Amino acid sequence: MQTLDPTPSEPPVLVDEPTDLVPPKSPRRIGWARRRRALSAFWKTYRRSRMGMVGLVMMVLFILLAVVGPFFVPAKDVSVAFATGKPFQPPTVHWLLGTDNFGRSVLSLIVVGSRISLIVGFAATVVTMVLGAGIGIASGFYGGKTDTLLNALTNWFLVIPWIALAIVMASILGPTLLNIILIIGITSWAGTARLVRAQALTVKERPYVERARALGGGDLHTIAHHILPNVMPVIFANTVLTVALSILAETTLSLLGLGDPNSVSWGGIINEAFQAGALSAGYWWWIIPPGVMIVLVVLAFTMCGYALDEIINPRLRER
Amino acid sequence: MGRKYLARKSLHALATLAFVLAFNFFLFRVMPGDPIRLLARGSATHMTPQRIAQIEHEQGLDRPLPQQFVVYAENTLTGRFGISFVTNESVTSVIARAIWPTVLLVGSATLIATFFGLWAGIKGAWGRGGLFDTTSLFGSLVLYSAPEGWLGMILLIIFVGAFHWFPAGQMSSNTGQTGIANVLDILSHLFLPCMTLVLGYIGEYTIIMRSSLLEVMGEDFVMTARAKGVPDRLVRRSHAVPNALLPTLTLVFYSFGFILGGSVIVEAVYSWPGLGLLTYRAIQDLDYNVIQAVFLLFSLAVIAFNLAADITYGYLDPRVREA
Repeated sequence: MQTLDPTPSEPPVLVDEPTDLVPPKSPRRIGWARRRRALSAFWKTYRRSRMGMVGLVMMVLFILLAVVGPFFVPAKDVSVAFATGKPFQPPTVHWLLGTDNFGRSVLSLIVVGSRISLIVGFAATVVTMVLGAGIGIASGFYGGKTDTLLNALTNWFLVIPWIALAIVMASILGPTLLNIILIIGITSWAGTARLVRAQALTVKERPYVERARALGGGDLHTIAHHILPNVMPVIFANTVLTVALSILAETTLSLLGLGDPNSVSWGGIINEAFQAGALSAGYWWWIIPPGVMIVLVVLAFTMCGYALDEIINPRLRER
Repeated sequence: MGRKYLARKSLHALATLAFVLAFNFFLFRVMPGDPIRLLARGSATHMTPQRIAQIEHEQGLDRPLPQQFVVYAENTLTGRFGISFVTNESVTSVIARAIWPTVLLVGSATLIATFFGLWAGIKGAWGRGGLFDTTSLFGSLVLYSAPEGWLGMILLIIFVGAFHWFPAGQMSSNTGQTGIANVLDILSHLFLPCMTLVLGYIGEYTIIMRSSLLEVMGEDFVMTARAKGVPDRLVRRSHAVPNALLPTLTLVFYSFGFILGGSVIVEAVYSWPGLGLLTYRAIQDLDYNVIQAVFLLFSLAVIAFNLAADITYGYLDPRVREA
């Protein structure tokens, strides 16, 4: 027994705290330490996935390009009026990816376009996640009539072909960046909502939720402190995949001529090339590179998403 | 097959259809501005006041909102979608002309992509981690990440622009040939757009089939079969694949809406005279009557396909219809 021992060598060790501990910790610090540990364990598993790591590195590079890249492109390089190149120039040492119909360097356009493409991808994902997680949690947590109604809504949106809905909305609302973001969000939240609802339904039945309720926790408290944190992993993996889908959706809308004509995105560059007859004229440098960028960035997010899914979703783990 | 299951699924499809109809109605009327101005915005011809009044009356726009809905529902259910503001033809006849090319394109692409996707998925899952599996999985992911329209442009640049192997678009050379020559002519025009759609969707099907089969391979009955000494080929053919095929085929049915959507841009790239090209042109000209009709038609097709998938699944898997 410690109290009988004249020289206690070390304080009792909390199971939760393997390192740097002196006095008993506050619950908050214990919680943070546990989260830190969970995160490092997660990272250890994630690091083993080659697909996930390749995707992550590519993803970081693309985000860097979108954040930093446009600062290195002078405004006149991508201006219709002040571009210095000759139109339709094939790639040379000076114009690495050639020029477009206004004599703008395609390389500069791609660097500038990375920002719009990623902004639309991320912003549309935020809309999708807020709608999907909100409706999914409300549906699963409250149950009853709310669930019936929201679930019916979700099923409807799952069935309506997204492209038809997007076309109708975009042609009525008009092509601005904000509208495109909203349209992609509104047409793609249903899958997330279904996933989150299923997870919320199982979390709701767990004992700690009952305990929180017994101690007088209200609906909002229970959702914020117990349901949401436990639904979060599912949302997280889904988010990464949704970014990929949103970037693809933006490309599709741009190719249909429903993109924002005032901002340069990768899909927009391809559309401009298509409209300008680059296909029949054989201006391949104007069409292939922006598409390759789209493929690579979607690939990066998809690979990360699958790797996350394999860790988080136990059904997919290798047996 | 349980009659109750059938009734429930059909009712669900009808409810979805009603929602699509109502959604289309309100989407158009909650927008700021006058629907008729919106309708005529893309009109190539000048609209006389008489013409506007006539259209307003045809579409019930001169009446209160609830009555407008009745007129709208009546018109829609009887297939009166008004006229195309660009060609001044009735939307119904414009669409009727464009349906078959799209059925041909989307149908052939779906069949080919499903067949090869399932084949690659089965082969990959059975040799998990092998050379074929790794290559096909990576290839699938790359194809899945590529926008269909862009894929179409690449194929066009390579096989038409550089090699001149195929005609550059449309559905036939319009030289008035008949019989076998005509069929071959159409096939040569069909090849590239069809391949584009196949490449665009085969990756998805491969991935779905692969993960579905992997899941089944971990089931007890597969181990039982192996333990009994059933040869590997037979385990695959009679125990694993049939059980993995069912959920995969359902997902293929469900993804029909996506391949239909993909056809819009692919048809535009190849000037394939189907619903996709019609939609593409209607977007460029803001021909709202056509856009609305195509929206309803696409939704109807997807709802019908989902119902078919549900019924097939219920027929083949008794566990589903009991649930």
